[in-house]
Amino acid sequence: MQASHTQQNPDIRISLAAICCIFLLLAGCDGQPWNRPYPADDAGRNIYYASFSERPNHLDPAQSYSSNEVTFTGQIYEPPLQYHYLKRPYQLIPLTATTVPVAHYLDADGQPLPDDAENKLIAFSYYDIQIQTGIHYQPHPAFARDEQGDLLYAALGEAELEDIHTLGDFSVTGTRELVAADYVYQIKRLAHPKLHSPIFGLMSDYIVGLGEYADTLEAAYEKEADGREGGVYLDLAHYPLAGAEVLDRYRYRVTIEGKYPQLLYWLAMPFFAPVAPEVDAFYSQPGMQERNITLDWYPVGTGPYMLTVNNPNRQMVMERNPNFHGEHYPDAGEPGDREAGLLDDAGKPMPFIERIVFSLEKEDIPYWNKFLQGYYDSSGISSDSFDQAVNIGAGGEVNLTEGMQSQGIRLNTAVATSIYYTGFNMQDPVVGGDSERARKLRLAISIAIDFEEYISIFLNGRGIAAQGMIPPGIFGHAEGEAGINPYVYDITGSGQQRKSIEEARRLLAEAGYPEGRDIRSGKPLVLYFDTASTGPDAKARLDWLAKQFDKLNLQLVIRGTDYNRFQDKMLKGTAQIFQWGWNADYPDPENFLFLLYGPNSKVGLNGENAANYSNPEFDRLFDEVKNMENSPDRARLIGEMMDIARYDAPWVWGFFPKQFSLHHGWYKNSKPNLMANNGIKYKRILPEQRAALQAQWNRPVLWPLYAIAALLLLVVLPAMLAYRRQQRQPAVRESH
Amino acid sequence: MFAYIIRRIAYAIPILIGVNILTFYLFFVVNSPDDMARLHLGMKHVTPEAIEKWKASHGYDKPLLLNKQAEGVEQLTDTIFFEKSVRLFAFDFGYSDDGRDISYDISQRMLPSLAIAIPALIIGLMVNITFAMLMAFFRGTYVDVSGVILCVVLMSISGMFYIIGGQYLLAKVFRLMPISGFAAGIDTIKFIILPVLIGVVSGIGSGSRWYRTFFLEEAGKDYIRTARAKGLSESLVLFRHILRNALIPIVTGVVVILPLLFMGSLLTESFFSIPGLGSYTIDAINKQDFAVVRAMVFLGTVLYIVGLILVDITYTIVDPRVRLS
Repeated sequence: MQASHTQQNPDIRISLAAICCIFLLLAGCDGQPWNRPYPADDAGRNIYYASFSERPNHLDPAQSYSSNEVTFTGQIYEPPLQYHYLKRPYQLIPLTATTVPVAHYLDADGQPLPDDAENKLIAFSYYDIQIQTGIHYQPHPAFARDEQGDLLYAALGEAELEDIHTLGDFSVTGTRELVAADYVYQIKRLAHPKLHSPIFGLMSDYIVGLGEYADTLEAAYEKEADGREGGVYLDLAHYPLAGAEVLDRYRYRVTIEGKYPQLLYWLAMPFFAPVAPEVDAFYSQPGMQERNITLDWYPVGTGPYMLTVNNPNRQMVMERNPNFHGEHYPDAGEPGDREAGLLDDAGKPMPFIERIVFSLEKEDIPYWNKFLQGYYDSSGISSDSFDQAVNIGAGGEVNLTEGMQSQGIRLNTAVATSIYYTGFNMQDPVVGGDSERARKLRLAISIAIDFEEYISIFLNGRGIAAQGMIPPGIFGHAEGEAGINPYVYDITGSGQQRKSIEEARRLLAEAGYPEGRDIRSGKPLVLYFDTASTGPDAKARLDWLAKQFDKLNLQLVIRGTDYNRFQDKMLKGTAQIFQWGWNADYPDPENFLFLLYGPNSKVGLNGENAANYSNPEFDRLFDEVKNMENSPDRARLIGEMMDIARYDAPWVWGFFPKQFSLHHGWYKNSKPNLMANNGIKYKRILPEQRAALQAQWNRPVLWPLYAIAALLLLVVLPAMLAYRRQQRQPAVRESH
Repeated sequence: MFAYIIRRIAYAIPILIGVNILTFYLFFVVNSPDDMARLHLGMKHVTPEAIEKWKASHGYDKPLLLNKQAEGVEQLTDTIFFEKSVRLFAFDFGYSDDGRDISYDISQRMLPSLAIAIPALIIGLMVNITFAMLMAFFRGTYVDVSGVILCVVLMSISGMFYIIGGQYLLAKVFRLMPISGFAAGIDTIKFIILPVLIGVVSGIGSGSRWYRTFFLEEAGKDYIRTARAKGLSESLVLFRHILRNALIPIVTGVVVILPLLFMGSLLTESFFSIPGLGSYTIDAINKQDFAVVRAMVFLGTVLYIVGLILVDITYTIVDPRVRLS
């Protein structure tokens, strides 16, 4: 008996030691925290760690549009212009251009017009864009040349491609200088029949000849392809486009129909970044797409970073572009930036960070916990973790919780350049139209839906109830009394106060629905709310919305459906009341005001005016305002437009969301810039501080391992004893 | 047996066609080609012309199942269904709607799924069999009763709780391993410990109870009584007779799920950011990528049929009384 015990104990000790050794071997022997999700060699290196929740669909600059795509393309591609990182309101500055281009105007005969020419005389505008010299592309095999100076990989056959599986399998890379023709080439690519650029439709309305150019390219592509499905290269240099011309090696011209000052904002997006024709030709070779080696997967730019690992199922890695032309951190910002330390790096060469590692993180909980462990440098705040991160004071002031402060975490807030609103279908016979009856019904509902309460309950205070459609920070947004919607709010000494529900009931009665009943039929008024939000999360919001209508004794029927059917309803105009949102493409009021522009209606015209609102005076003012430079006159006209829209109430104005983001103390130069998509080059990391804190925060707790071992012993030992006892028991005959 | 297998494979063809039709129907009931185009074109500034061009470019500009404009057999062949489906039967999955080679993506994502599924299956089997044998050995005692209660408790807990609780306790509070992520090579081990552990623990309840019934069923048979009567020790009876015979249903139960291990686990892969095939399918559904959805459903069906055939074959191996005919 004794002997067997002495045999067991060493076994158990060996097992325990083995378990510990495995853990040590796997994670601990490198001296790094066991839960560190990155290679040990990278600890203490100048790397920025971020995450992405959804793989980008496109990295081709002609196609990438959504925010999860431009997060990558914005660091790689360089359009001619960019937004100033620190200054507000948002301001365009040159990126690869030497200056911000100015518009020159021509009449219908092509004769020059003065800068202050009347809009109706302007038939064309053109912008001459001069780019800087000496800018080079990132190293890439498409630029590799042999000793004779010929492109090395321009005519690859199946034999050469046999051992090629990724772009890294090409052994030689090269580069070349950026030229104006590359920008023109990319503008032409917007019309390429195989790319389906999301802005082609919009740009073909402006860039001269772009619409017809697509037809030309389509015919040329069919001819070139001759029935082949892939591996077809269309050399766009052979197909001139009137609206985009090369003037010389470093200058090109963009010509547009009429006047469109907003083009400058588009020139700050990757759609207008350069693409080298030899890169396009390289990727278009037969056999490349079969290997998933495409421009959509391996972008090639001149920006501060280049994509070196593209595995969107797990990780995407960008590294500093060794050929980057160099840029310096801005030496001026807005008031308060210097005090906030945002100008500490003024004039220093950028980028500061060597490498960026984006890891796929689909769920909020692991993402948030990894941020708290220091493995992500910055984070958003989900609703689940809001209370853990932020305290809202009695006066509405926002503070970090003690836990966050003790970790040195910082909070950034900014009002997004977005709006979420509840819209009325103006073609609906009950809530739509320009009758006084319908207008008062809409106003009554606008008063009843208490968006301040919504923001407090569902957004943890992360939003501002909208008084109109233009968010703060965008020209045309009025502060103070002038910015208050007088039809929904009363102006008080301390600001505004939502009108009482009695006022809403009075309006409802005037509309012909006293106590929520139709005065003509005596029946309760039933309204219909169409939504694509149908999950359990949405139920509380929808219940809340129904309650708002219930304040007026109005019955709200929720018609939940999937997003596709919802889109169909909106396109056909069969929805009655709906919720929608808009995220600005650029910081110009035109990009919001056009959401109520009649010719931009959703029904029949497929535009973005989802309410199908149409007011001739509003439309006339829009036509005037859209082409104006920012000026007091423009602000006045926008004010008039807002008055019209507030009076007609095609929307319940909803709210402007506020973005809250957190970052660790070692993450420097963080200032929300909701327009710039190339912001990583400004950021700086203190890697030593991060490594020290990560080690401090993530020391493994070992007692659970010992506890588990002890528990196993507790379970196994009695069982073994029982087994032995049973084995030694004499057989007993059962008697019946 | 060879003729039997050939016959089973032949039966599989109409099943595959049926599943393909069903997938096609269900997908296009929810998503029209216009919806797909709108989503791929970015939702903003999308013109009807752009939608038409996208559809033409991706082969979605034809009728779904029946082309009334065409004549003869082309009424069936000149349709989205035929053009998108016929290649599947040659295992040519083609390209996703955003231009990626689906076969390549599947090959890349299969390994991470297997990296979790195989260890979880093997360790889970070992743990479950051991635990079930323990309960069977001590049947009727406090060990058995406690074990069954524990199993019921473990079975009653949701899979999501195991994942979130495991991540919270082991990775956040005790800081023993990364919360989520994946890496290639030897670093993989660090990332798969937690999901495998959770997979094993969450399966103990149902697995052990199930296997316990097999063991108890065998333990009550005449040949076991005979074995005991001739004086064999309880351990010999358990390991030599009960275990070997109870393994027949266990092995066949395992074989049927073996091919499906390739398909991955949606929940585990999502919470642990494992780049496997489970998340691939869900991503495709969210992005309305019909090419990937139909390829994955087709692959899943094929693997399930393979699993059933393997079960039949396994029966003949582990139980010589069974003959396939």
